[in-house]
Amino acid sequence: MHPIYSRLIMSKDIRIKNGLSIKIKGAAENIVKKAVFPKSISLNPNDFHLITPKMVVKIGDNLKAGDVVFYSKDNQDMKFCSPVSGNVKDIVRGQKRKITEIIIDTDLLQKSKKFKTSKFEDFKREDIILSLLESGCWPFINQRPYDIIANPSDTPKSIFISTFNTAPISADIQIVLDDQKNEFITGIKVLKKLTNGSLNICVEKGNQTFINEIKDVVIHNVSGPHPAGNVGVQIHHIDPINSGEKVWTINPEDVAIIGRFFLTGNYTPLRTIAISGPPVKYPQYYKTIAGSKLSELINDAGVNDDLLRFINGDVLSGKTVDKDNYLGFYNNTFSVLREGNHYNMFGWIPFINNKVPSIYKTSFSWLFPNKKYDLDTNMNGEERAFVVTGEMEKVFPMDILPMQLLKECMIGDIEKMENLGIYEVAPEDFSLIDYSSSSKIEAQQIIRKGLDLMILEVG
Amino acid sequence: MNIRNILDNLKKPFNKGEKWEKFAPAFNAFDTFLFVPNHTTKHGAHVRDAVDLKRTMITVIIALLPALFYGIYNTGFQYYSQLGTEFDSIDLILHGSLKILPMIAVSYIVGLTIEFAFAIFRGHEINEGYLVTGLLIPMIMPVDIPLWMVGLSVAFAVFIGKEAFGGTGMNILNPALTARAFAFFAYPTYMSGNQVWVSEASNIDGVSGETILGMLASGSSSLPYEPMQMFMGSIPGSIAETSTLMVLIGALILVYTGVGSWRIMVGSVIGAAITGLLFNLWGANELMSFNWINHLMVGGFAFGVVFMATDPVSAAQTVKGKWIYGLLVGLFCILIRVFNPAYPEGVMLAILLMNVFAPTIDHYVVEANINRRIKRSLKTVKIP
Repeated sequence: MHPIYSRLIMSKDIRIKNGLSIKIKGAAENIVKKAVFPKSISLNPNDFHLITPKMVVKIGDNLKAGDVVFYSKDNQDMKFCSPVSGNVKDIVRGQKRKITEIIIDTDLLQKSKKFKTSKFEDFKREDIILSLLESGCWPFINQRPYDIIANPSDTPKSIFISTFNTAPISADIQIVLDDQKNEFITGIKVLKKLTNGSLNICVEKGNQTFINEIKDVVIHNVSGPHPAGNVGVQIHHIDPINSGEKVWTINPEDVAIIGRFFLTGNYTPLRTIAISGPPVKYPQYYKTIAGSKLSELINDAGVNDDLLRFINGDVLSGKTVDKDNYLGFYNNTFSVLREGNHYNMFGWIPFINNKVPSIYKTSFSWLFPNKKYDLDTNMNGEERAFVVTGEMEKVFPMDILPMQLLKECMIGDIEKMENLGIYEVAPEDFSLIDYSSSSKIEAQQIIRKGLDLMILEVG
Repeated sequence: MNIRNILDNLKKPFNKGEKWEKFAPAFNAFDTFLFVPNHTTKHGAHVRDAVDLKRTMITVIIALLPALFYGIYNTGFQYYSQLGTEFDSIDLILHGSLKILPMIAVSYIVGLTIEFAFAIFRGHEINEGYLVTGLLIPMIMPVDIPLWMVGLSVAFAVFIGKEAFGGTGMNILNPALTARAFAFFAYPTYMSGNQVWVSEASNIDGVSGETILGMLASGSSSLPYEPMQMFMGSIPGSIAETSTLMVLIGALILVYTGVGSWRIMVGSVIGAAITGLLFNLWGANELMSFNWINHLMVGGFAFGVVFMATDPVSAAQTVKGKWIYGLLVGLFCILIRVFNPAYPEGVMLAILLMNVFAPTIDHYVVEANINRRIKRSLKTVKIP
């Protein structure tokens, strides 16, 4: 439905029509296991887009959970804190001495820096912002436009929280929130004070949970295929972002972290992480902490193959990591795929390769809408000149012309990008276009570059 | 995988830094024809759809095959039925194949040679688009056109129609229709009249044939064909466009697989039907009073609309634009047929004309989208 109409009707039900739910084997089962407390964790500045870290700690420093590790060079108030207590083991630098990882060995005592939050119910907006900035909770708050960490000096016109995932084999938020309902509700109470507008929570239609009972927020029932669960799609249909406006978004599990912080005064970024993917032997959930060492989790869940791709995030928009690396700061899904570096004889002939679902009916996959597929990372073709039109619109449920916007991003025409709706989109909204493009176009990459150009030129 | 090993060995001199590196696109075209390559995702989504350009293009070729086979059969049928000798279907197919297969061969050899040369020169992979264009060009030519003219038209279309604009995906005009338009204006005697539509008509006295539109344009009111023949396609015309039934089968394949735009096809049919109906009411000449349903079945209308108006590169690219573009293709097709007896067939020029205007149509659709966004932002400005 056209967004203007959907606002007129004042309905809180949103039905997404265009999209694609890809069914992949190895979704995490409803088993939540407590992981061994990690021996080391990492803070990776690359998780925070466009943040240049200014280090506070040196190698060997002793830290408590909640102690500042680095702050943002552009905004000294924005602090990034240690999730654990222990010693700084290493500060890894990459090309041009760019810091790529700060590794902290845990001492297993989990001593915490204590923040004064006991009277948080009386806190004013400024006090809440200050507490969030001091404790390292601020980076959980993201903003649209640009899909970056929010600027604490802005006042958003509204706040959006999507409480369900539609990306393939991603974590079920209900399982993630199961034992932190109180924290989630507290987090909502706190975040409500950050905006003069509404706090919008999008729930999956037909899934009645504790979230539907939360007072003083606007609940929207959303249904439809992926990307219905993407917060950007929901914002577009409920309260679209115009030039100059800001909307803040927070992942639901991070709302709980913020809630826990205000309840206890401790910064403890716990994660309930879904480990999923076709090669995983025991796809299930693990309770651990943000930045944990991956190898311990992978060894426990077990993987079937050697040549694997490990992804912080879901298979459509996540980041590739090495097995020896660490969990990301934001993701609640950790995906594993087989590397698809195999040849496929005559695989391009229609109805020959039926192992991969398609938006086209050129394989038999559409006959089995509920079949789960063993997808790997093969491109299933080569990059080509852009030819087929109309396929992007099939998986892009916004009143934005995706192809035209992508072309303007490639050219770098600021004015046209603005006119065509660049403020409303994030790379993840284009992940299905990556997936379904017959010319194998890298749409997410193009949009990220376009957004970065906008930040540089418009700010 | 034995063939794979052989290919990998053969590929060695084409690898980076080796002596035939420049010619890698040519080898890769051959290699990827046999095997979908082992490339894995590097950026963005880690999993990808099974579809690629090879698969969409092959789907179009499959959709073209019924019309092509019927075209081969009909070429023989038109010839033998006028000759008056005994014949069976083997004769028809043999005669048609002997006429048409060399044209297809010439089209592919000339076109692909140029495509390969450009790919090597520009250092990009060979795009699959020509597989469709190369088959379309002979299918829309009169059967007796000399092979060298086919070759020259192909060369013109690929050079001027496509590569001059930057290659696949960049062309403004549909390359197959560019080839036909070139032949049409450069060699009009080979492209119209009553000596070209039936095989050997210019050599054998007893054989001739005019297209239905040609007859109507010259003012004859009694047609020797029933509507059923127009639908089935046993009438003179360009090689593969005569059978509306076979084109419909192709259309079903394209729409069902999602490869062809049904919006353009439906839009064109609606546009042509309405225009034809209005002219029926007017009825000032033979073409105007020609039943609008028959207008949809004769000439290249069905073939052009299904296989060439839907070319995604030269058609309108927005969803709404496709409707407008389709409607206008249908409208102009009938308009040109009725008002311009020099070109009794209107669909070629209608599609080429709309190819030129497709970016304009898209421009207005995009502007409408932008205006909606601007209006929305004015509405929601809050007074602090």
